[in-house]
This record gives sequence, C-alpha cells and structure tokens, in this order.
Amino acid sequence: MLRPRIIPCLLFRDKGLVKTVKFNASKYIGDPINAVKIFNEKEADELIFLDIDATVNVTPPDFSMIQKLAAECRMPLCYGGGVKTVEQAKKIIGLGVEKVAISSEAIINPSLVSSIAQEIGNQSVVVVLDVKKSLFGKHEVMTHNGKKKTGFTVVECAKRFEKLGAGEIVINSIDSDGQMQGYDLTLASDVRDAISIPLTLLGGAGSLSDITELVKQCGVIGASAGSMFVYKGRYKAVLINYLNQEQKDKISLAACRKND
Amino acid sequence: MITILDYGLGNVLAFVNVYKRLNIPVSVAKDKNDLVTATKLILPGVGSFDNAIEQLDQSGMLPSIEKLVFEQEMPILGICVGMQILARSSDEGKLSGLGWIDANVRKFDISSMPIGSYLPHMGWNDVEPIVDSCLFKGMDHDARFYFLHSYYFECDNRKNIMAETDYGRPFNCAVYKDNVYGVQFHPEKSHHYGSQLLKNFSEI
Repeated sequence: MLRPRIIPCLLFRDKGLVKTVKFNASKYIGDPINAVKIFNEKEADELIFLDIDATVNVTPPDFSMIQKLAAECRMPLCYGGGVKTVEQAKKIIGLGVEKVAISSEAIINPSLVSSIAQEIGNQSVVVVLDVKKSLFGKHEVMTHNGKKKTGFTVVECAKRFEKLGAGEIVINSIDSDGQMQGYDLTLASDVRDAISIPLTLLGGAGSLSDITELVKQCGVIGASAGSMFVYKGRYKAVLINYLNQEQKDKISLAACRKND
Repeated sequence: MITILDYGLGNVLAFVNVYKRLNIPVSVAKDKNDLVTATKLILPGVGSFDNAIEQLDQSGMLPSIEKLVFEQEMPILGICVGMQILARSSDEGKLSGLGWIDANVRKFDISSMPIGSYLPHMGWNDVEPIVDSCLFKGMDHDARFYFLHSYYFECDNRKNIMAETDYGRPFNCAVYKDNVYGVQFHPEKSHHYGSQLLKNFSEI
C-alpha cells in the first residue's frame, strides 16, 4: 500500500532556517544540518528544503550547502530556490538530491520544466506554486515570495506543468502559511481533481487531525508542513518534532479508506 | 570492499554515507582502475534508461564490470534505473539494456489502475518478499521502502523475482539471477529498512 507522504518543509535564509507567517515575519529556527539530523532520527518520509531568498536576490543555488545537506540527509530530499538552468538542476541531482523544485522560473520560462525533465527524468522535477486567494475567491499563483502576481489560476498552472513534464506539484498556500489552522481543502481538491501526477500541499497544518482531514479528502497525497514540525505548544517554542509510526499508520489508514 | 560505481548517475554519496555509518569499508569507482579492490558492486542510477546505458558505456568500466560479474561471480546490486538497465529493454528508451536478467521494463498504464493512482509512483510502499532471500534477511514484516519511478521491471521467469510491491497491480520490486541483484526502490533513502538491506548485501 502506497502511503501518504508527510513532509517537513524547511525554509533557508541567511545561512539559517527560518519560519514565516503568510510569507512574512520570518523567525530564526536554527541550523539546517542539525534539523536534518533530527529528522533522520525521527525517520521522516521526505524533506523539502527551500532557499527563499535565492530568487528574490537573484543568486544561484548555494551548491556547497546543498552538498552538505544531501550528504547528511537519510531520506529523500527535494531542493528548491534559485534554479534557473538545466545545468544547475543536473548539478543538484549529482550532489545527491532526489528532486529539484522550480517555482518563479517555471512561470517566467515554462519550457525550462521540459528541458530539465528530459535531462534528469520527470520523477525528479517538482514545480512549486505559491498560491493566494484573490478578493473574488480565485486561487492565483504568485512569485517572488508572494510579491508578484502572475494572473494565472492554480489549476491552469498545475495542468500546464503536468503537460510540460513535472513529476510532482507542490501547492504552497500563502494565506495558510504559519496559521496552523488546517490545510485549504478546497484548494487541495481543486488541484487534485485536475492532475494525475503526485501532489503535495503545504501551508496550514497545525496538528495530526489537519493532516488526517487532508488525506480523508484527497487520498494518498503529500502533506507538507513547516510550523507543525518546528514549533511545540501554544507559545510556539522552537522544537523540531515529527510524527511517530503509530500516528503515521493512522493517517495511512485514513487515506486507504478514501481510495477504497 | 563494497564499491559504488560512479558513472555520473545516481546518489553515490548517499551509499557511501550509509556504509560509513555501518562501519563497512566502501569505495567509489570512476574508472576501471578503481575496481581492483572491489568485492561487491553497487550500480546506482537515476534519470532515463537510455541515458543510464550511454553513461555506463562512456565510463569505460563496463568490460571490467562484466569480467568481475561473470568470471569472478562478484555480486552486483542495481538500484532504480541501475536495476532497470539489467533488463533487455525498456518502454522508456530505444537502446538495449545489459540483458543480465531476462526481463523488460514497462511503463505503468495509469488508465488501467484504480482511481487515486498517480505517476510517478512516488513515496513509501510495502515490499513483500516472495522467496526467502538474503537481501531481506532480518527485516520486519512491515518493511517499507521509498519508490520514485514510472516504469517497472517485468521478469520473464517467476524464479527471478525476489519481492513484489503493489501499485495498482503487483510488480517486481526486487529481482535476482545468480550473483546479479536489482531493486527498484531506494535503499539508500529508506531509513533503517534500507540500511539493513545494504548491510545484508555486504554480507552475501
């Protein structure tokens, strides 16, 4: 039985990990390598690691940092941030990363998705879509840490990138980021129904039941979270944590019932 | 010594790290001279079938590897696309595979799979050994591994199948023929289950 993937998402800025709220108010969380070591011990399903300043500051990916991460990481790793060329994507895979995520650059230059997929295989190409709800209730794709509008709806973009060869779509909800009040389930269903490649939702998870609700609605899916796995308690003390096997099994069971 | 074949594809470092943690001597081979100390070989691989075959050809190591595998009967373990190229051919490519195991590589047919199946097959799935095999020795019955692929291995003969995984239908996730082994999943990224499998391979 294929299980839902429960994926801590780590945000990287100024050589450290941060956590944001609605893509703002970034708070320092700790050292990236240390966090990876803890998720190794806890046997996390996968990790998503996003350098949130690379695109905005127009800097290339920090390859030496990626290499250190990949060497430490005992679970599949997805890296995103500042990837603009096929060569960069190839280099990142060569450093021992399983999946490369593209976001802003995919919107600017959609054919990059197919060129990268041809080189490293569809299964290793992830498109991350940052999504904001407009006044009229439409989910619009944004870039540059939520500052630039694209005019595209999330379903349009997801379908387009599936056609261009993406192996996975990650939907990052700006409105839900850091809220810990649950995933945007309408957003999740809309995209899940539109594509037939793996999908991961990011933004809003605050508890085990939030993840359970997502899989009850969408079946086997990627459930990613930042705050939930780096904060503990009402006062949000920084404490890297993850689900135990029993909790993960419960989630798998919920997904299984949906698929039956 | 366990030797990871570095022909430009796959996560060589991840294998090295697993073996280092297990305190098992490990080396990396980039050309045939690096194969002198090898006692077991690991053939990693990601990306497309044809690219893997081409890169392996260009590495210049293939004739030496063939000698080790067929004359000295050295165990070799193919991983993911490194497994798939052990077959004769793949739906994914035009080039011939190594043909060391009588098999072809097929594309999953999403239209014939249950609703809620997506491609690539991505994530943690159960592995059911169908024979008592050295690779799965000492493994919990709930052993699960990380998969990331859209094509699957299909042996001509049941006797070459070591384990199966269900994704819409059962497929061959671990195969063997004499001293040639292949697994579709990524043991190097499958936590303690994967470490156990790689340790078992080192003890064959």
